[in-house]
Amino acid sequence: MTQSRSAPVVPAGSVAQTASAPSNSPAGHGKSRPAPQPVAPEVEYLTGAASVVRSLEEAGVEVVFGIPGGAVLPLYDPLLDSTKVRHILVRHEQGAGHAATGYAQASGRVGVCMATSGPGATNLVTPIADAHMDSVPLVAITGQVARPYIGTDAFQEADICGITMPITKHNFLITDAAEIPKIIAQAFHIASTGRPGPVLVDIPKDILQAQTTFSWPQEVSLPGYRPSVRPHAGQITAAAKLITSARRPVLYVGGGVLKAHASAELLVLAELTGIPVVTTLMARGAFPDSHEQHLGMPGMHGTVAAVAALQKADLLITLGARFDDRVTGNLTTFAPGAAVIHADIDPAEISKNRIADVPIVGDARDVITQLIAAVKVEQNAGTVSDLTAWWAEMDGLRKTFPLGYDEPADGTLAPQYVIERLGAIAGPDAIYCAGVGQHQMWAAQFVKYEKPYTWLNSGGLGTMGYAVPAAMGAKVAMPDKVVWAIDGDGCFQMTNQELATCAIEGIPVKIAIINNGNLGMVRQWQTLFYGERYSNTELGTHKHRIPDFKLLAEAMGCVGLRCESKEDVDRIINEAMAINDRPVVVDFTVGKDAQVWPMVAAGMGNSQIEAARGIRPLFDGV
Amino acid sequence: MSRHTLSVLVENRPGVLARVASLFSRRDFNIHSLAVGPTENPEVSRMTIVVEVEALPLEQVTKQLNKLINVLKIVELSNESSVQRELMLIKLRVDAVARAQVVTIVDMFRAHIVDVTTDSVTIEATGTSSKLEGLTKLLEPFGVRETVQSGMVALGRGPRSITSASSRSDN
Repeated sequence: MTQSRSAPVVPAGSVAQTASAPSNSPAGHGKSRPAPQPVAPEVEYLTGAASVVRSLEEAGVEVVFGIPGGAVLPLYDPLLDSTKVRHILVRHEQGAGHAATGYAQASGRVGVCMATSGPGATNLVTPIADAHMDSVPLVAITGQVARPYIGTDAFQEADICGITMPITKHNFLITDAAEIPKIIAQAFHIASTGRPGPVLVDIPKDILQAQTTFSWPQEVSLPGYRPSVRPHAGQITAAAKLITSARRPVLYVGGGVLKAHASAELLVLAELTGIPVVTTLMARGAFPDSHEQHLGMPGMHGTVAAVAALQKADLLITLGARFDDRVTGNLTTFAPGAAVIHADIDPAEISKNRIADVPIVGDARDVITQLIAAVKVEQNAGTVSDLTAWWAEMDGLRKTFPLGYDEPADGTLAPQYVIERLGAIAGPDAIYCAGVGQHQMWAAQFVKYEKPYTWLNSGGLGTMGYAVPAAMGAKVAMPDKVVWAIDGDGCFQMTNQELATCAIEGIPVKIAIINNGNLGMVRQWQTLFYGERYSNTELGTHKHRIPDFKLLAEAMGCVGLRCESKEDVDRIINEAMAINDRPVVVDFTVGKDAQVWPMVAAGMGNSQIEAARGIRPLFDGV
Repeated sequence: MSRHTLSVLVENRPGVLARVASLFSRRDFNIHSLAVGPTENPEVSRMTIVVEVEALPLEQVTKQLNKLINVLKIVELSNESSVQRELMLIKLRVDAVARAQVVTIVDMFRAHIVDVTTDSVTIEATGTSSKLEGLTKLLEPFGVRETVQSGMVALGRGPRSITSASSRSDN
């Protein structure tokens, strides 16, 4: 169905398929679902609400995360009767949004969340913004006050279309019940094709109550939406010539490679060229960590070798990455000697932050497939670059500055050790889902990712509280996989109420709270840049044991465990691994002074990277 | 900073102007003027947006505009290859003596007097912004009571239409 993404008009059957066909779901990871066959439109008479439910069924939706309320009540009535769509009642709409995101990121299918008007809808704002920044296919359905009340400041009225305009790929306010199937089909098509993203559909209560007809559209017609997926052949040739003649090239791999399901192709291209690979925070798992060509993650907390490779490169082969400030550091001093090949499905990303010498607009899988062929042509013509000196330099850096950590001097448990052991015991088939902060960076560094779609996190928006609901969504999408949320004690206290949902709905996620009693990353910056003045970062979870995470977990129907010493780490992880009938929460009580290294301080150039505090391997004195 | 004129075809739907305005605000792009109205096709509206940006941000403006689902086509119109017009209404406080002088100036600028009272005239003028600036300068001594000016509208010169011209972003 790849052709459907290049054409403005596609068969309606492919709307559902875009969320389930191999081109849009991780092959072998996604639970296969029978693809809906296009059928002759049959007209049904029903309410607008029933039309929404029928549309969701036709779009292939299996799960909706949501909470009912006044304006959306009519929709919840026919939902009760649907045998195809499972509704999971969450405890907060933010949880619904992140659960839909986790579901989408783990499975490649479109995640769906639902809320009522006003506060229900505004509670979805954070997860929608989060999905927008990380290009996650999401459809949010919100109830709206009845049309006669719109604009009157009615009870629970909020202009959610206006509010979400800058944070959605597109949004709709339905004003005619007859348009429900068409608009929902369009919403799923827009969310899942091109650069994926969130789409919000706002439906007034009187539209849900209206009598209407239903027929699922045979075509999605969007004249203003035609994502380019096929790369330009001339640009591919130009790129292949640069790739085969560069002396210090790097494959700079971003989340777009995962979105395009191009991990297998990436491996072929990397091995064909022998070029070092770096995977960004959004691309962890796109290339096996165990592969000898993998230098690790670049950026603010990247490995010295990965940061150095970008910084010293003469060619960046940028695939589905966007030169985010957390990767480039100070942009003016980033990769000063590098020519740039930039492939992205979103033309607006190309030359946004860094001017591309060879821009390529296209789907990453198509781009990489064609690059492989074009590189072979160049190689057969005798153009092969000697990368020996380049590799010697990189090997030297990764040998001298491997990722590592010191045991805390105060004898407390090292958070990095906990995460390292968790990754080793749960293994490369588990899904790891992090919140935002120190624990997120350690989880990106010390869990070894071998497979795509095993690492979920909030990269762009940096949403604390993402982990618990996203893990819930991932477990719903991938019930046979072990799903571990690696969360901080600060993050956990933002969204842990979804553990009640998990316990009641039978979603046995596992939560590792890396509990250092503080907002750790903020504290780290206070240590480094604010003279150790710890303003409002102490949470009291150590000092007062409030809350007691073990008791909190038990109160919500989960198993609560606690681990405070190094000797107990393996045993307790194994104990948690053995529990599969309930969610498990482990409170890993760790020291508060551990820091995330390496680090490029905010606003500094990447050459100023410190492998550990005060150690600057690349610092050239400039 | 240089001034660029973008002709943008959009779907004629509620909220499209808000989407375009929101995008400019969100991406920190500066709109100099914006005019929107119906076209020969009732399903399509046409916006003429004058933006003040350097070449590279201009590329971002058009790329970001193109990502809006309701935007159908974007063409940049250069000063040389397009006809560009703005409409201005100017109300002057003039007595019968001054009115004769005003009429002379109005004729020179091929403008029209569209309302007259014993102590005022209202002038309608169309043209490029430089012509309207010139007219305003000459009329200022007579006592301008109020003015109102439209955003620029523009069409490419020659037989081709925007629907046949290649879109900037299709390159």
